[in-house]
Amino acid sequence: MDTNDKKPSDPGLRPSEPREPGDSLNFTRRRFMGTAAAIGGAIGAALGMKAGTADAREFDEPKDRYGVLYDLSMCVGCRSCEKACNEENKLGAPKKPFNDPSVFDEERRPTVEAYTVVNRFPNPKDPSQPLYRKIQCNHCNEPACATACPIHAYTKTPEGPVTYNVDLCFGCRYCMVACPYYVPAYDYNSALEPRISKCTMCYPRVKEGRPTACSEACPTGALTFGKREDLIKLAHERMMKNPGKYVEHIFGEHEGGGTSWLYISSVPFEHYGFPAHMQKASMLENTKGFLSSVPLVFTIWPALFGMLYSATKHRSDSEENGDHEKTGVKK
Amino acid sequence: MSNESIAKTDNFRATFLEKLRMGMSWEEYGRSLLTPFNIVAALILSIGLPVIVIRFVKGLAFATHASNEYPWGLLLGWGLFGGVPLSATGFVMATAYYIFGFKAYHPLVRLGVLTGLLGYFFAVIYLLIDLGRPWRIYFPMIMGFGTASVLFLVAWHVATYLTVQIVEFSPAILEWLKSKRVRRWALMITIGMTIAGIILSTLHQSALGAMFLLTPGKLHPLWYSTYIPVLFLCSSIYAALCMVIAVSTLAAKYLGHRADDVFLGSLDRLTLGLGKGAVVGIYVYFALKLIALAHDDNWALLATPYGYWFLVELLGFVFLPAVVLSYGVKSERAGIVRFGAFFAALGILLNRLNVSIVVFNWNLPNHLHHIIPPWQEVAIVAAVATLHILIFRWIVNRMPVIREDASYHELH
Repeated sequence: MDTNDKKPSDPGLRPSEPREPGDSLNFTRRRFMGTAAAIGGAIGAALGMKAGTADAREFDEPKDRYGVLYDLSMCVGCRSCEKACNEENKLGAPKKPFNDPSVFDEERRPTVEAYTVVNRFPNPKDPSQPLYRKIQCNHCNEPACATACPIHAYTKTPEGPVTYNVDLCFGCRYCMVACPYYVPAYDYNSALEPRISKCTMCYPRVKEGRPTACSEACPTGALTFGKREDLIKLAHERMMKNPGKYVEHIFGEHEGGGTSWLYISSVPFEHYGFPAHMQKASMLENTKGFLSSVPLVFTIWPALFGMLYSATKHRSDSEENGDHEKTGVKK
Repeated sequence: MSNESIAKTDNFRATFLEKLRMGMSWEEYGRSLLTPFNIVAALILSIGLPVIVIRFVKGLAFATHASNEYPWGLLLGWGLFGGVPLSATGFVMATAYYIFGFKAYHPLVRLGVLTGLLGYFFAVIYLLIDLGRPWRIYFPMIMGFGTASVLFLVAWHVATYLTVQIVEFSPAILEWLKSKRVRRWALMITIGMTIAGIILSTLHQSALGAMFLLTPGKLHPLWYSTYIPVLFLCSSIYAALCMVIAVSTLAAKYLGHRADDVFLGSLDRLTLGLGKGAVVGIYVYFALKLIALAHDDNWALLATPYGYWFLVELLGFVFLPAVVLSYGVKSERAGIVRFGAFFAALGILLNRLNVSIVVFNWNLPNHLHHIIPPWQEVAIVAAVATLHILIFRWIVNRMPVIREDASYHELH
């Protein structure tokens, strides 16, 4: 079974559980802002202040997180990764077999039936050698889906994978709206048990330090599983050893706060349909200012509007009673 | 049960049923329902309600595009993002009357509160139809706190504010049921409830905009702005004033026999006053839109197809209604103010549909093909909107909304 069906006993999926130390700052920040959002008042203001202090500090990524380095120049479109993913997650027989090249005729995206898909792109350098790109969840360091979710159904695990807990999901699909990579897919055909589906980065395997099924199955070495920090070094090494071969950029190192999946390519990333202008800050940063204003409104508004009410009441009382003593004005 | 209490219960039932029939006999009441409007409404419901049932049996795929790129469609674009700003009426009228002391607007306060209450109620109905598992609607309150989520804030605030509005409107229900004591309690907490309404409305009106702060690459840069929470809040205020004008116009025209002379006699004067407020609000919003444009230095984008559409919205549906409203106010012609109010409210709807549907995912291939809703979704929206009108009419027909109940007059 895939990790989406984790029992509540699984660490990292329980929303109420204290986070691993590596993640504490990240989650402290989320929690403070939102708690303030929910309760408000004077307590809310105090929490808001704390959120402000936490925000001022930089968020250091935990050192021992896993990731996958995907060297796009080495991908030959064999779809071994798709097959391995299908088997690992028990997704059932595909509509077209994994060796059927006709799937490349149209661009595909991850769906309920497939957590990862490979697409073909024309090669601008050599038309006889088409390019391939596998798509799956990038497992952001500070995921937009988790920021969007009002029920905390998503968890950035300390090991790196971003997991989804179907037991908490009510199907608002804001995660799909928020994901900059268009990854989460929804099971619209189910009336009773619709769910989000997306790559789990093989969380049960990764938790044990084993590579993801796709990277294990890759025959060309295009996918390398390892500690994210090491993978960044490896990517730089390849660029150094092959001058001119790669675009001088690791996609995912900083995009949207960084992702567990990292990409290097010999043609510009836009060519493969990567988003062209990804911000470096995580999406969480975009809503931070708004959320920290919430406790202020809760604290200041009652006083402000209460005072306005008193002011108008005072004036109308004075007018009604012809009471000049209050104002001290004599006619 | 003693005989006396049985008699009392029977008596209450008889009175209550008579209230429901508005004093008519069953035959008379049945005949009074056969109107052209009701027949059209019945037709719309006879299509839309079965579609809603099939949506719950077969899943969302039956009623929506079921797209992984376009998770939200007309149900939320119209019902939630469009419906909530147009329902700011309760908060704006209560604030004007109770906090700022605009006592002359008394005849319109209850109408504003009722419009707001029903608007939020039906926004939740649209949401329930759109949610994958609507029976889990309470999950953000109990099961898990997605505390960094703007939607978490929206969920809490809409739920709380719906409750606040029920309390705010309860005096009308209690007067209808002739309960004096409970009504007095309800009135006692009015100021507190009004201030709670201001806090909650400030935050969730802006939060609906803030939800799109997470989608910088997907929402067209002309609409994506760090100011979007303020833009949503600011526009909801003049939206509310325009909606009170629009709804009171329709109520006076079609439900005039339920109104008292105070309501009908003061309506033109109050419309001009509300129009004045709306003029201030709409020009402030127009200025903020320009500031947002300048802040992101997006002027160059105006000369693109999406830029033309942006100008249609900004000049045609903000600036133009602003001019109409200010002309109506200046020349003291309530009719022109009314036209301007309908126009401006339409402009708000256009803005919210633009942000949530038309310019969302603007850079995807064949984008404009994806934004046309399937007929099922349109049928659902039409049915829920019809129910909305029918329930509004049902309440105004019975409860003292646009008239004062004589026996409670002295209590104000």
